[in-house]
Amino acid sequence: MNSLKLTYEVDGEDFTRAGEASSNVKKQLRKLGISPEAIRKVAIALYEGEINMVIHADGGNIDVEITPQKINMVLKDHGKGIADIDKAMQEGYSTAPDEVRSLGFGAGMGLPNMKKYSDEMRIESTVGVGTTVYMTVNL
Amino acid sequence: MQEFFHSVTLDKDKCQGCINCIKRCPTEAIRVRNKKAYIITERCIDCGECIRVCPHHAKKAIFDELSVIDRYEYAIALPAPSLMAQFNNLEDVDIVLNALLKFGFDDVYEVAKAAEIVSAVTRNLMKSGKLTKPVISSACPAVTRLIRVRFPGLIEHVLPLNAPIEVAARLAKKEAVKKTGLPADKIGAVFISPCAAKVTATKMPLGTRKSAVDAVLAVSEIYPKLFPLMKEVANDEPQITSEAGRIGLSWGSSSGESSGLINDNYLAADGIENVIRVLEDLEDEKFQDVDFIELNACNGGCVGGVLNVENPYVAKTKLKRIRKNLPVSMNHVEPDDLDLKDVIIWDTPLEYVPVLKLDDDMMTAMEKMAKIEEITEQLEGLDCGSCGAPSCRALAEDVVRGLASTDDCIFNFKSNIQTLLDDVHKIEEYIPRPFRTGQKENKEDGNHDAD
Repeated sequence: MNSLKLTYEVDGEDFTRAGEASSNVKKQLRKLGISPEAIRKVAIALYEGEINMVIHADGGNIDVEITPQKINMVLKDHGKGIADIDKAMQEGYSTAPDEVRSLGFGAGMGLPNMKKYSDEMRIESTVGVGTTVYMTVNL
Repeated sequence: MQEFFHSVTLDKDKCQGCINCIKRCPTEAIRVRNKKAYIITERCIDCGECIRVCPHHAKKAIFDELSVIDRYEYAIALPAPSLMAQFNNLEDVDIVLNALLKFGFDDVYEVAKAAEIVSAVTRNLMKSGKLTKPVISSACPAVTRLIRVRFPGLIEHVLPLNAPIEVAARLAKKEAVKKTGLPADKIGAVFISPCAAKVTATKMPLGTRKSAVDAVLAVSEIYPKLFPLMKEVANDEPQITSEAGRIGLSWGSSSGESSGLINDNYLAADGIENVIRVLEDLEDEKFQDVDFIELNACNGGCVGGVLNVENPYVAKTKLKRIRKNLPVSMNHVEPDDLDLKDVIIWDTPLEYVPVLKLDDDMMTAMEKMAKIEEITEQLEGLDCGSCGAPSCRALAEDVVRGLASTDDCIFNFKSNIQTLLDDVHKIEEYIPRPFRTGQKENKEDGNHDAD
């Protein structure tokens, strides 16, 4: 067996459920005996991604592929897309609506943190179509 | 394999084999086998949830008999702060302390006093900047055990200090050796405990090689004995007086330890489920801007311990009343007190124990996990517990670990029976060939006849 795949659906309606996928992935990785440091990176990066999907895209799908060398994560949504990816990657830049900010989210650290905690990250986005974020954490 | 001692055990005669405890266990450490609950020892953190939830009182904590104090030439009582919250209308801690002497102890060393020392040292350490923030309290042994098996990434945040009970035992013995001239092994440090996890913490300590606590009594056992003695000593001149202030006593309930830090930037959570949620969030860095995190496995903190007698929330109110007129703290520590270092700082680091790991080899672990997913898909998903595991997924994992069979599932059993019944019907309907009627004649046979 070369890889293990886990898939999750992120509900865009419910803020309180954001984080379910990352905490489930964490539980599974622990059972595989993956190092605490790698688990931490995956959990933080995924949680940021999940929150983003809820805030900006009404949810989406997460695919996690685990191999003995690395963990690949693909977060795909059909939201409004990102017009300027470079700008979105800047710390503190956010397009989150006010009601989301009042909940303590939308600090503009989501994508920068995802980049920080993953070893590789790539964003594909088309305005009006959706966004796919590819992240890899090496083991 | 490491040896495990647990203070939470099972009274087999009382256990009815129901599923109350398996559902409640936060580490999924219990299964029902042969009509009896069975604890997977390496997963148990001694939180006491099963003791609380068992309707048949079959789960119990191991502790010493009251007569244990006769074993020592000089026995010192170490009363937990929450003990003081068990009595109605108690206004003066001295009454309890003197009742303990009357009970037969030679001396009393308040755990609340040691708690104030731990608070002072924690304050100094926090100021020094040597700790990884947020600092997580290590005082609740069930929480420390939980972190060790489930939250390896947070181990570096755990405060590397002995809990007040350990500090109390060490200081009390040092003092007693000086005072009596007896060798240390003739002196017994006897903890009067509100919880089961503390019993385990003295037998199999974390952070230190050997505990100085010699025996542990349950609050619930000594409580009825102390009651009449308290009436007796109430009017006497006290032989000993309390040496703990408000901070020390406050440790008996949730957020007490935090308030002793004199820093409002803390988070205090109690109840094992809440503790787990906080640890999960902390692991995901959902919050970082707190300096200190106090976690207690029992609702309300130590007042909620399963060996206490009073309702935790009533006890909390009582504790507030008792401490109201006390000085803030009666124990102060110099930042560089070297004598205290041996007593209070951990001598053994906390290490990750991956008890949840499916296999040492990652490839094998991945195969096992895929198998677990596959089996889980096939199960009914009712999480009924009839198989003896807390959920369908837990059963699937047990199957893959070789500890159970999918036939343990009652729904699987039902469908197996159905298959069997269908076969029986087939047999019933079977008619031996010579007796079958209405069948077309075999062409081949016909050809033979023509020959």
